[in-house]
Amino acid sequence: MKKLMLSCAAMALCTMSAVADEVRVYNWSDYIDEALLEKFEAETGIDLVYDVFDSNEVLETKMLAGGSGYDVVVPTGTFLQRQISAGAFQKLDKSQLPNLENMWATIEERTAQYDPGNEYSINYMWGTTGIGANVGKVQELLGADAPLGSLNLIFDPASMEKLSECGVHFLDAPTEMIPAALKYIGEDPDSHDPEVIAKAEEVFMGVRPYVQKFHSSEYINALANGDICVAFGWSGDILQARDRAAEADNGVEIVYNAPSEGALMWFDQMAIPADAPNPEAAHAFLNFIMDAENMAAASNYVYYANGNEASKPFLEEDVIGDTAIYPDEATLQNLYTVTPYPAKVQRVVTRLWTKIKSGT
Amino acid sequence: MQRFILIAVPYAWLLALFLIPFVIVFKISLSDIALSIPPYAPILDDGIGPFFAALDFENFVFLTSDDLYWKAYVSSLRIAAISTAITLLVGYPIAYAMARAPEEWRPTLMMLVILPFWTSFLIRVYAWMGILSQEGFLNQFLLWLGVIGEPLTILNTTTAVYIGIVYTYLPFMILPIFAALDRLDGSLIEAAEDLGCSRLQAFWLVTIPLSKNGIVAGSFLVFIPALGEFVIPSLLGGSGTLMIGKVLWEEFFNNRDWPVASAVAVILLLILVIPIVLFQRNQQRQAEAET
Repeated sequence: MKKLMLSCAAMALCTMSAVADEVRVYNWSDYIDEALLEKFEAETGIDLVYDVFDSNEVLETKMLAGGSGYDVVVPTGTFLQRQISAGAFQKLDKSQLPNLENMWATIEERTAQYDPGNEYSINYMWGTTGIGANVGKVQELLGADAPLGSLNLIFDPASMEKLSECGVHFLDAPTEMIPAALKYIGEDPDSHDPEVIAKAEEVFMGVRPYVQKFHSSEYINALANGDICVAFGWSGDILQARDRAAEADNGVEIVYNAPSEGALMWFDQMAIPADAPNPEAAHAFLNFIMDAENMAAASNYVYYANGNEASKPFLEEDVIGDTAIYPDEATLQNLYTVTPYPAKVQRVVTRLWTKIKSGT
Repeated sequence: MQRFILIAVPYAWLLALFLIPFVIVFKISLSDIALSIPPYAPILDDGIGPFFAALDFENFVFLTSDDLYWKAYVSSLRIAAISTAITLLVGYPIAYAMARAPEEWRPTLMMLVILPFWTSFLIRVYAWMGILSQEGFLNQFLLWLGVIGEPLTILNTTTAVYIGIVYTYLPFMILPIFAALDRLDGSLIEAAEDLGCSRLQAFWLVTIPLSKNGIVAGSFLVFIPALGEFVIPSLLGGSGTLMIGKVLWEEFFNNRDWPVASAVAVILLLILVIPIVLFQRNQQRQAEAET
């Protein structure tokens, strides 16, 4: 009898480990050191399936359709908030996440505005949205005193007309671009008032003929290769472009600046879908990521700041010491956050964005 | 009984792969947007009575309130029509040459037409990005030839979309035309020439009408997918390329408004189905009149 029970227990264990041996992660493209993925598999024995996306909209549609099959996904704060209210995520089981103690309280305070109490998510990376510029080309066209760190560079038609010669990309993300335009004209970037949002149209209409493309990931390579000279994009992506250019030694020098008028601060949060096939493995993955050394390795690779206090000693000097990644106190004061648009306002924003992109 | 089964098979096919999906999409187009999974209401769980009570045509009315949709439909129709015409102009001579080629060459030629399908569609479209970009092969080549002084901007324009569509759908035009021309009885052309037709006249009066079925089939095979095309305009097209596929994507992904996206899709289907049905009827009538 005892033997029988043992074999039952063994069988149960077997089936459990069969369930527990795979975790599916859906993260942003170019957003992790792939060595970490191998390390996770080696440490835990769990197979990792890793897929990538390049827009919050694509992720959100998968979440709202349900049955995505992913165990861990990485939406940005504003999107996370809306998906939580749609019931897309499950609460984290904090007993399975001992590494939570590594997290950085200052960042947790800020992410709590999207996920009260941080019950559904942990911070993966955070950063700002700003201006990447090819210093040589921009100064050649605009002179040595070109406003590399100001929204004037990308929203002033006169400057954009000259820059169009060497190519400018904007993010294809209305929820980031419209707040920037509102900030430029001195309005509240987080405004949900359609009349205020409409004012962004004028700003974009003045410069849209000079924008080569609205795209959210192509600018990394385009900047690094020297195909374009200015991109309005995400901090770490532009810093990656800077490093790729430096590695290629092709004479391209890229700088990133958070706009001096104020920059959008965003948080990418890891969360577990409500219908995740393997929540246990998902927790194991989150806990692995929150390990101080692992988190530092990820930041050292992607050039984004993370929300992990304990990882700081392991960060390389060109990450923790770079104010473009870990802003100093003055810049930090100058960063703003935004909240999700309600459906009606979202429609106004999308419509406006279509008009800006296509002219109709 | 056998006859019944024979008829039932295609109808079952239509029911499963066309009618049922259409009914689902149509149902969503009558629903309202909601913040839930799935992101619309009502769903059948709410009970049959309230379910039907909550459906309405509000989303279709909404489509008329903004000229974006109308412009996108018209622009898509124009792009699809022009691409189909170009594909026909390019494809017909190729099909004609294939049908006139020696018998033993034909399987090889056929293979060459199909060969591009062995590579993923996405990779082939990406390859065009490399060819058409400012530093791409085409510009480098033209610069080297000295035809142009500075690189042309082709990528991210509507021209690139035409190139992409024509390239991608060319085999769908060539194959049906080839099939029609291959069956063409050569003695008919000889008869026409004996009766005083010039070669051009014989081509115009005999070959073209006899390959009409191939031309029609090929044109439908190109026009229909080109109309709703999303991948090609989003990879090769610029921000000014307005197509209904992109509008649909934005409704679905940016606005999370599945009901309006479904309404756009239903109208797109009607735009396609109604002319095809009318055309079919016209064909049938002609066929009956001839017999």
